[in-house]
Amino acid sequence: MDAITQNLDLFWNGFLRSLTICLWGGVGSLVLGTFIATCRVAPVAPLRTFGTAWVTVIRNCPLSVLLFMFAFGLPEIGINAEYYYFGLAALIIYTSAFVCEGLRAGINSVSAGQAEAARAIGLTFTQTLTQIVLPQAFRTSIPPVGSVIIAMFKNSAVVGAFGVGLDLYSVGESLTSAQGFAALPVLTGVAIGYLMITLPAGVGLGVLERKVAIAR
Amino acid sequence: MTDAPTDDNPTDSPPATHRPLVVLDKVNKHFGDLHVLKDIDLTIGEGEVVVVIGPSGSGKSTLCRTINRLETFETGTIEIDGVALPDEGKELARLRADVGMVFQSFNLFAHKTIRENLTLGPIKVRGLGVDKANERATQLLERVGITEQADKYPAQLSGGQQQRVAIARALAMDPKVMLFDEPTSALDPEMINEVLDVMTGLAKDGMTMVVVTHEMGFARRAANRVVFMSGGQIVEESTPQEFFTNPRSDRAKDFLSKILTH
Ligand SMILES: Nc1ncnc2c1ncn2[C@@H]1O[C@H](COP(=O)(O)OP(=O)(O)OP(=O)(O)O)[C@@H](O)[C@H]1O
Ligand SMILES: [Mg+2]
Repeated sequence: MDAITQNLDLFWNGFLRSLTICLWGGVGSLVLGTFIATCRVAPVAPLRTFGTAWVTVIRNCPLSVLLFMFAFGLPEIGINAEYYYFGLAALIIYTSAFVCEGLRAGINSVSAGQAEAARAIGLTFTQTLTQIVLPQAFRTSIPPVGSVIIAMFKNSAVVGAFGVGLDLYSVGESLTSAQGFAALPVLTGVAIGYLMITLPAGVGLGVLERKVAIAR
Repeated sequence: MTDAPTDDNPTDSPPATHRPLVVLDKVNKHFGDLHVLKDIDLTIGEGEVVVVIGPSGSGKSTLCRTINRLETFETGTIEIDGVALPDEGKELARLRADVGMVFQSFNLFAHKTIRENLTLGPIKVRGLGVDKANERATQLLERVGITEQADKYPAQLSGGQQQRVAIARALAMDPKVMLFDEPTSALDPEMINEVLDVMTGLAKDGMTMVVVTHEMGFARRAANRVVFMSGGQIVEESTPQEFFTNPRSDRAKDFLSKILTH
């Protein structure tokens, strides 16, 4: 356990870095995923095609391949940034496809009559979506989208492995391979770090689910 | 119901004197190969109450839904108060607000309270202030006989109460015309009258109404005109009295014999 106690501040910083990636990744993929889901149900055919294509391509592409494309492909066509941003962007885009599908399941669970009644009182498409359909869809989408977001928290380790640096995964990596600490205790520390993010997230989701269930 | 004899029957004022409010001209609609609306010509005057009746699948719901463009149509025109319905978009949304719609399955917004159901449209579409909208909601709920339920959610109300709220929600937009698609057929028998009473009241107050219903009592009491549809066509149009006692077409005779004897 020396490996952990001696490097506690390293672990702590790694934890904070991972938490930041998770938070931005979560916000980004929820926003992007909602946008893509909106496209998929829009009354405009090209938007629907775009949304379907996005989900089909992204969802069937391994995250690591997407990361490679961002990190090494984009600089080839003249787009340069820190690995951190490339990694975060890839993570958000990858997760958005799954968020979209989770949301769409929720949207489909809202009866068509709700949207018709909204249109019948004169709400526009956007108002119908934001006032009537999405609020109800979010309720049923909390469990599936929650799972997607928690999976994303864990996927942030893949981004770390890619050289974002200083996140939990990278800390583990550098302690074991560069500084020769035993792998088991170090990786246990890394796992605890991730659990400190995912377990409260799971509890939060449960609370959220119960809260919206009552308000009905 | 406690209805006076037919001497105050609204059919006393002939439809011809009403200013045309909803005008359908040669409207055609298909669902794939199915020709659901065939050359529909129909003019509804201001203050007129038109009951649409006909066998299942004859296109009554489609007609209603086409009038405020919940369904598209291929040829022909529909004018509301002199303005032709545009395709999708902001303009259409605005015109739709002038056409109230009451559905068989109520379709109250499940995640909003009764009060919010009534204020959403006025606030978002008409730009009314929250206080004004709330005040109006209270008045309308009183008018449809729903009091002390304003802060409940739709699922906490009975079917009859929900449908009355749905009528109030449509009224909150101050519509020029109201469409009712079988408003009582999802209701338990003991709740039908409370909804029909509200509708009869509206008719008396001069609301222009298109009502798809098989409630003949309501048709006789409140309608100026009965439109009989069959196979996507308007087969017969006459006064309720005339239609129920002396139908002209064979299809109407056949239909009436079925609903009268069952
Ligand atoms: N969205 C749709 N897609 C395909 N066909 C449809 C659709 N909606 C209705 N139809 C068909 O169009 C025809 C007319 O339907 P509509 O609902 O207007 O009849 P209706 O007169 O209201 O019948 P009911 O008394 O059963 O309500 C029916 O044959 C129906 O199956
Ligand atoms: Mg119908």
